[in-house]
Amino acid sequence: MLAGIDLDIRAGEIVAILGPSGCGKSTLLRQIGGLDSPDTGDIEIDGSALVGIDQRCAVAFQEPRLLPWRSISRNIEIGLARGTDREIGRARVEELLGLVHLTGSGDLRPRQVSGGMAQRAALARALARGPGVLLLDEPFGALDALTRLRMQDLLLDVHSAEPATIVLVTHDVDEALYLADRVVLLGADPADPGAGSGIARTVTVPGARPRDRADAELARIRSELLAGLGVPSHHGAGSAASLAS
Amino acid sequence: MTSPREDSVERGDGSTETGSRSASLLQFASSYGYSAAGSAPSLRGGAARAGLGRDRPGWVNALIGAIVPVLLLVIWQAVASSGVIPTYRLPTPLSVWQAAIDLSNRGLLWPDVEISTQRVLLGFLFGSVLGLIAGSIIGLSRWAGLLFSPTIGGFRAVPSLAWVPLLILYLGINEDQKVLLIVIGAFFPVYTTVSGALRHVDPHLVEVGRAFGRSRLNLLLTVQLPAIVPTVVSGLRLALAQSWLFLVAAELINSSIGLGFLLKDSQDNGRIDRLFVAIVLLAVLGKLTDALIGLLERYLLRRWT
Repeated sequence: MLAGIDLDIRAGEIVAILGPSGCGKSTLLRQIGGLDSPDTGDIEIDGSALVGIDQRCAVAFQEPRLLPWRSISRNIEIGLARGTDREIGRARVEELLGLVHLTGSGDLRPRQVSGGMAQRAALARALARGPGVLLLDEPFGALDALTRLRMQDLLLDVHSAEPATIVLVTHDVDEALYLADRVVLLGADPADPGAGSGIARTVTVPGARPRDRADAELARIRSELLAGLGVPSHHGAGSAASLAS
Repeated sequence: MTSPREDSVERGDGSTETGSRSASLLQFASSYGYSAAGSAPSLRGGAARAGLGRDRPGWVNALIGAIVPVLLLVIWQAVASSGVIPTYRLPTPLSVWQAAIDLSNRGLLWPDVEISTQRVLLGFLFGSVLGLIAGSIIGLSRWAGLLFSPTIGGFRAVPSLAWVPLLILYLGINEDQKVLLIVIGAFFPVYTTVSGALRHVDPHLVEVGRAFGRSRLNLLLTVQLPAIVPTVVSGLRLALAQSWLFLVAAELINSSIGLGFLLKDSQDNGRIDRLFVAIVLLAVLGKLTDALIGLLERYLLRRWT
């Protein structure tokens, strides 16, 4: 499904991986996390190849995937590195609860909290071990539009507090442009669609975060990326076009 | 005119006695099986029931639950004392009570109860722990499942009573032989429910465990076993019922003490009142131990859901 992926990510960088459904963007992420292994090729972190599940990576999925029989705090504990001292672990969980704005909700069960809270808990769980690489698989995809925007800001806060390398898989072009230093667009080569998806293009997003969501330059890149995804954006076509549609 | 019919009924009973007894034992097991299997999704049912009785104090619910047993006792007394059925076939509740007191005064009742309970608890404990271990291995390892589950399924198909002669030959007539029979009885329900349920744990949750560095025993203890706690408890319930079933099977065939022995001995001596004492005691003990599992279930479900 994936072929010829060659991607270097700097430490502390936020890279968004965009692509149409089924192009293998989640597969790429799962391979970085060691949940799947590539048929050929290597994945290296700091120059050493990954073997299986690497403790330097942590994953958050599209669904929170909290264990329903554990409290929020005890769920976050799962993310701690093995052998963490009990007291240190407890303090770390409290700290993380604060970081994702869940202070005081640690004793609740997953079924008692909203989708946004559950997803924040999942993010805290992924952060618990202080991962070098944070892998996010459409982490806000199942949230409502407003919660999603808040979560994006929260992620940026978290990144400035604990600057891990973040690889973010998303199908939301705006989200990619708002969060990422670079956007990697996956897609099949139009000349040879059977060969599998490769990197169609890489875009370095201009401007420092936090970015203006309505920036004109970003709007131009957005329509290019949407076109790359096969969705005409009608950018600049004016209101007549959208009225006609 | 009535006596020949009575005779024929009696002969009918007598000739098919062993057959009907083992059939009823199986029936007991399967009816138990249905109820316990049904209790796997009973989480919601239990909550609904609790909701139904919430506005009534507990003792009122207990009184309501006592209506049918008391009614049965009254009907039993009425029928037995009316003389429609002679008392050598159906003793009155009072005479059963007196027989129990009499046995107790002679010091014959408590040892039977004690040894039977001990056999059941020992067999249940070892059987369910072994079932949990074997069920976990078979449920988690594809290879172990492919290799061993047909064989274990074959052993499971052997009726309980078929083991008795073999165990007697191997172990002799002693405690080991009886407890081992109960171990076999308790093993299979736990094994079956655990191995089956482990195959259906949400793979998303298992993946979370793996992603955060859990594997094998650690993954089993953090994710997989907690995920199937309600099913494990159903398995334990079934195993306990099977334990009492296998106890009676073991004790009926050969024993010098125990409730099964009391049944057999009373039958041999025509002491139908004592027979009823043994049956009532089996019902009470079975229900009591089942209630203990019920308490465990409530505690676990409160903690785990």
